[in-house]
Formats: sequence, structure tokens, C-alpha cells
Amino acid sequence: MSEDDERATDLSGGGIVSSNRTRCCGGSVASDCPSQFPDQVLENVLENVLLFLTSRRERNTVSLVCKSWYRLEKQTRSELFIGNCYAVSPRRAIERFQKILSLVLKGKPRFADFNLVPLNWGAHFTPWVTAMAEAYPWLEKVYLKRMSVTDEDLALLAQSFPGFKELVLVCCDGFGTSGLALVASKCRQLRVLDLIDDDVMDDEVDWISCFPETGTCLESLIFDCVECPVNFDALEQLVARSSSLRKLRLNRHVSIGQLHRLMVQAPQLTHLGTGSFSSAGDPAQGDQELDLISDFAASKSLICLSGFRDILLDYLPAIHPVCANLTSLNFSYASINAEQLKPVICHCHKLQTFWVLDSVCDEGLQAVAATCKDLRELRVFPMNPSEDSDSPVSEVGLLAISEGCRQLRSILYFCQQMTNAAVVAMSKNCPDLVVFRLCIMGRHLPDHLTGQPMDEGFGAIVMNCNKLTRLAVSGLLTDKAFSYIGKYGKLVRTLSVAFAGDGDMGLRYVLEGCPKLQKLEIRDSPFGDSALFSGLHHYYKMRFLWMSSCQLSRSGCKEIAQRMPRLVVEVIRDRVEEEMDDAVEKLYMYPSLEGPRDDAPKFVTIL
Amino acid sequence: MEGTVTFESDLNLKATELRLGLPGTNESEKQTPPSVRSNKRALPDMNEESRSKNYSSVTEAAGHGDRETAPPSKAQVVGWPPIRSYRKNSFQPKKTEADADAEATGIYVKVSMDGAPFLRKVDLKVYKGYPELLKALENMFKFSIGEYSERDGYTRSEFVPTYEDKDGDWMLLGDVPWDMFISSCKKLRIMKGSEARGLGCGV
Repeated sequence: MSEDDERATDLSGGGIVSSNRTRCCGGSVASDCPSQFPDQVLENVLENVLLFLTSRRERNTVSLVCKSWYRLEKQTRSELFIGNCYAVSPRRAIERFQKILSLVLKGKPRFADFNLVPLNWGAHFTPWVTAMAEAYPWLEKVYLKRMSVTDEDLALLAQSFPGFKELVLVCCDGFGTSGLALVASKCRQLRVLDLIDDDVMDDEVDWISCFPETGTCLESLIFDCVECPVNFDALEQLVARSSSLRKLRLNRHVSIGQLHRLMVQAPQLTHLGTGSFSSAGDPAQGDQELDLISDFAASKSLICLSGFRDILLDYLPAIHPVCANLTSLNFSYASINAEQLKPVICHCHKLQTFWVLDSVCDEGLQAVAATCKDLRELRVFPMNPSEDSDSPVSEVGLLAISEGCRQLRSILYFCQQMTNAAVVAMSKNCPDLVVFRLCIMGRHLPDHLTGQPMDEGFGAIVMNCNKLTRLAVSGLLTDKAFSYIGKYGKLVRTLSVAFAGDGDMGLRYVLEGCPKLQKLEIRDSPFGDSALFSGLHHYYKMRFLWMSSCQLSRSGCKEIAQRMPRLVVEVIRDRVEEEMDDAVEKLYMYPSLEGPRDDAPKFVTIL
Repeated sequence: MEGTVTFESDLNLKATELRLGLPGTNESEKQTPPSVRSNKRALPDMNEESRSKNYSSVTEAAGHGDRETAPPSKAQVVGWPPIRSYRKNSFQPKKTEADADAEATGIYVKVSMDGAPFLRKVDLKVYKGYPELLKALENMFKFSIGEYSERDGYTRSEFVPTYEDKDGDWMLLGDVPWDMFISSCKKLRIMKGSEARGLGCGV
């Protein structure tokens, strides 16, 4: 999903529509007055045009033109995107948009992924599904990210929307296989069930058996994150009777022998997650490998491959037949080294997305750079995600990638050591970068060759990569790095900062300099109240600001809350004794039309 | 070298402590490998506790230290490096059902409630006694149980928590001492009051 987002105020009840501009169009649709005939035509034309307008940014612009356009736009909008579930209430959204077919809803701040947000903080799907069950009976698609979803929510969803087609849950929790069973059995039109990085509870329910018995509409079934075993025979039968299936991502409980059986049933797949890719649980068979190569050879449409959760390296060559067609390859759960990667990657000329573990080393990345000339997105994850391990990838790998993959748009790179020179090189070799996320895992580490802070490297990125919208910084950074970001990062919308900066000025540079900033997440950096005050002019335009383990005080945050009535300022406590303290350990603030939420748990104080 | 030996009021044990590591370094607590996470349904309360205990964020002054001097003490830092738990945990060997049960020291029992379509599981080991367990059940199924009295059982609620013991008998929750309960409980069932009549203390 793109990181585009929407200002909360856009969903207000017309509050920002300028009343000076209402002259251009007439009033109601049915009008007998001849002088309004041209307006009627205009409205009809507009309505038809709007049907084709899907980008929410463009729609927001349309809705600002005048009241009439606002009204037409809201009648024709079919996808509702809510970047922060607390920015607007279900009731208000439903009042404005009556014909929603598709909902995108995002909840917790991203740092929740790293255990920085206590459990039960919020982002409950319940009020939304409850309201929509009545208001949007024709709802077809729901996409949730970082929401708390219960089985009851899924039950309500399954029974309320007869035409329901797509459910995508990303980084969600609170539900289990019971809920999945209900969705599978009751959503007879279901085309897409995608579970991505969710925490799914094992209720010991055989949900795979719950899909309709007489053929399904399934096009996509993604459940690689589900940690409990599934009924394989039921799965095999499901795949056999799902002729539209194109995307199938299995969990690690599916063995390679079982994979073979499934691939035989579904040679039409475009996206495959292989499951464990090991033979644990399989009966011993001599010619297993041969069969698998044939399976891959028969998969003429396969363009996206992932899985390999417990990879048995002997079987890796089986994927060779599809390599030349692959546009996306995810090896980020496979601990393979450079020598094992090379025979595979050398065929992957069309690869655009590549996720991998640092076990492939700089040498493996060099092989990628040599072949994957069209690479757009690279993610290198650490096998050993700790601060003091030896990372097999370094500035050498980064440099190689920058030299070989000039089309790079997006990079996420974990390493233990880095140099400014390599980062500067990347900024020049890959000027089309939109996302640059570098995580030097040791905190406060400088350039390991020069001993200098990493300011110049990140400075070059913001200077040379003019399309940059997302940036994550790390390593030893002074306020200078932030001055660069403020000066050059004019398109930056998302910024992640950890263990960086010297003092308030760092944050001030960013808040004063980056007009497009939407999402700012900061941890363990020495920014205090006065830095926070420097952003007052901008907070209403943001989706959220997160600051934890900085130097904020309760009185400072309280003053912000008082000065900005439409900003919800949450102070989140981990320990009871923090209540006595003036120091704020965790701050989460966001503009909202609704004021303080009524579902805040007791460890959250809304100032 | 830190910790000069003094023979004053206290024994300066630190000076004589045998440790691995350079003099002047504090003992580093490496981030412990992620513990095996059983994904059996456990209640939020338990996780909340264990997470807040785990919390220690280290705020360090941004020193321009070079690596020659002793590195700052590596206390366990929550959420760093920023890798999703799902990914961190996935490098544990996958657990079969049997493995998970054997390794987890919890006592998992199924919980059902009359009228609710979903089964749950709880780990009895997590709770110190009946009040905690009851509160957790109330949260889980969103109902209220009221108080238990030895004489009257659960009078203030239409729901009655019961369990099946090793002998297959259905007992009222709270009748036996806690330790006896957790060693004999096979499953829990929250009954509607009318059905529970006949289960009383001393059954």
C-alpha cells in the first residue's frame, strides 16, 4: 500500500469548503429553471467523470471546489481511506459518505510493531464494523492495518455483508482461527483472504475446511503468518476447487511434499509462498526433487515467490525454471549464503522486488547488483537482530547495489557498520529513491572508517534524492543531519528517528523545514518541550507524532494540548509510578475531529 | 581500572569479581533470544505484565564517543533493532502441537461459555488464584460474575463458572483450593445460572 494519507480535516462535515466559491454551480439535481440547465449538464458530466476518479487526493481536491462538487464527490466516492482510526468517528464518516464499497483503516502507530505500545492501547475495529454493518450493507472490501480485531468483529462482518469480497489484515491481532472459520464459511463471494504479519490465535478450529464446498471464488489466499497447522487434505481440496486462485501463500506447517501436491493442483498461480520448503513430516521419497522442478516448470505464470521458512537447500535448484520470470522474490526467512544465492539470482533478470537475509553477505548483494538491473525495492534483514553481532553486510554491499541497481526506489537495509561515502554514493547513483531506510543496529555508531557522524551521508540522500518521501535514520547523528533534512527534505512525509540528535534544534529543523511531514516517529532522542512547540503550525496537517524516551514534560505537553484544541495528546505510561512524574515517557498525538477518545485504557492519559 | 580495592566499610566485591570482559566495561546484557512464544490464546493481562517488566529504555547522551573507549552498557533495549516480533520469532524452529505443549510450562485448558460461539484457551499457571482467573474470564467473555461465597456460590450473576475435573465431574469454580484446582481441571465452562443449579459446594 502506498503511504499516501489524508488530512483529518478533509472528512469534516464541509467545514473547510470555502463558502466564497459556491457560485459556480446551482443547487439541487432536478431543476426546472432553464437558466440552471447548463448547471445540470455540468453536474451530470461531473458525476460521470468522478466515477473514474479513484485517487483520494484528487477527490479531496474536487470536494474543495464548491458545495456542489463536494456533494457530488461524496455521493460517488466508493473507497474510504482512514489513515488514523481516531481522527474521525465511524458516525461522521458514514454521514458524509453513503456508498462506500471499500474501507481502508489504519490504527496503532508503527512503533507498536516493536513492542513500544502497551497491549490494549486501542485501535478497535468493533465500533467501525458495528456502524458499517448497518450503513454499508453492500460493503465489499476491508483492509485493516494495525487494528485490534476480535472474532466477534469477524463474525459480524461475515454475516452483515452478503457481497463481501476482500479481507486484508496486516499486523492485526485479537482474533483467532474461530474468526477465520466464520469468514470462510459465511462470505460466499470471498475472493481475497490475506493475512499478513498478523498474530492469529490458535483456537484449534479447522478454518480451511469452512470454505464453500462447491467451488469458491477465491483468487488470493495468504496465510503464511498463521502459526498453527492447517488441515492439509482440506487445503488440497480447497485449492482443487478454486479455479480462480492466483495467489497462495502457505504457512510453515506445509511441507515440501505437500507443496508439490498443491502445485500440481494449481499451475496457474502467479504468487506462491512455499511454506516450509523442507521435508519435515513428509514420508521419505527418492524422486522428490525431480517432481518439484516439474512443478515449477509448469508454473508459467509465477512472478512472485516467497516462503522458504525452513529451507532445505537441496531443493533450492527446483525454482530455477521460474527465476527468469520473477518480478518479486522474498528470501527473508531463508538463511542462505552467497554461494547458495548466486545460482538462483543470476537468472532473475526481471526482478524488481527482493527481500533477503544478511546471511547472503556483501558478496551475495554484489551478485544481485550484477544481475537485477531493474531492481526497484530491496530489503536486507538481519539474521541476528541484535546490536553486537557481526553483520555480514556493510557499506560494501550497499555500494554494490547502488552501482548495479540504478532504478532503485526503495531500500531497507540493516547492518552493523556503514560509511558516509557509501550512502553518498547511493544518493548519486540512485536519484529516484523514494524510500530510504538505513538501520545501523549499533546505537550511536559513527562512520566506521572515518569516525565521523553519519550526517553527511543522510544529508546527501535528502539533497540528491528529490523524490524522497520516506526516511529512516540511524547511527551517530548530530543536529546537522536534521538541518539537512529540514533544508532539503521538502517532500518527506514519513520520518523515523532513533537515538539521534544533540538537542532541541534537531527536531526544530525538521518541524520548521519539512512542509509535507505527515508521520513523525522518534525514540530515545534528546528533544524537549521547546522543540515540540516549534511544530504548532504544522501539527494539524499531520497524521501523528510519536515521541518516546525523549525529554518531554507533562506540563509542556499539557500546554500543547491547550493551545491546539483539535489535537489529541496522549501520554502513555508503562509503569504506575510514572503518574507521579512530570516527565513524559511516551507521547502520541494526532489531529482529530472527535476530541479525546472514549476507549482509552487506564495507562493512557489524554491531556 | 574501575573498582579499586578498598578495605573500608564494605567489601568491594566488584573489584575481585571474576568476569569476562575488558576492565572498565560493565557486564553487557545481551538481548536474550526471543523466548518461544506459544500462540495458544493467552489473556492480555499476562502479556501486559511481562512486557512492562521487560521495559528498560536506555536514553544516552549523544556522545561523540569513538569505539576505542568502553562501549556504553548494553542494557536490554525494548524494540531495538526495529524488527517485528513475528520476524524475530520466526527463527525459532517451528513447534508442533506436542512440542508446544511440552515446552510451555503452562496449563492450558479450554474455556467455553454457553451462548458464545467461540472456544477459548487459558493458561491456568498465569493466575495466582481464583479472583484473578475470574476477572480474566469476565474480560474474555464480557460478562460479570460477581462474587463467590462458600455458602451460596455465585448468586449475583446469571453466569456460573464451572469446570470438569479429572474424574469427569462438573464442579463449581472455587470449591477446592486453588492448587488442587489447577492440577485437576480439564476444562472450564461458564454455564447459564439455571443449568448450574445442583452444583453447589461440597458436590
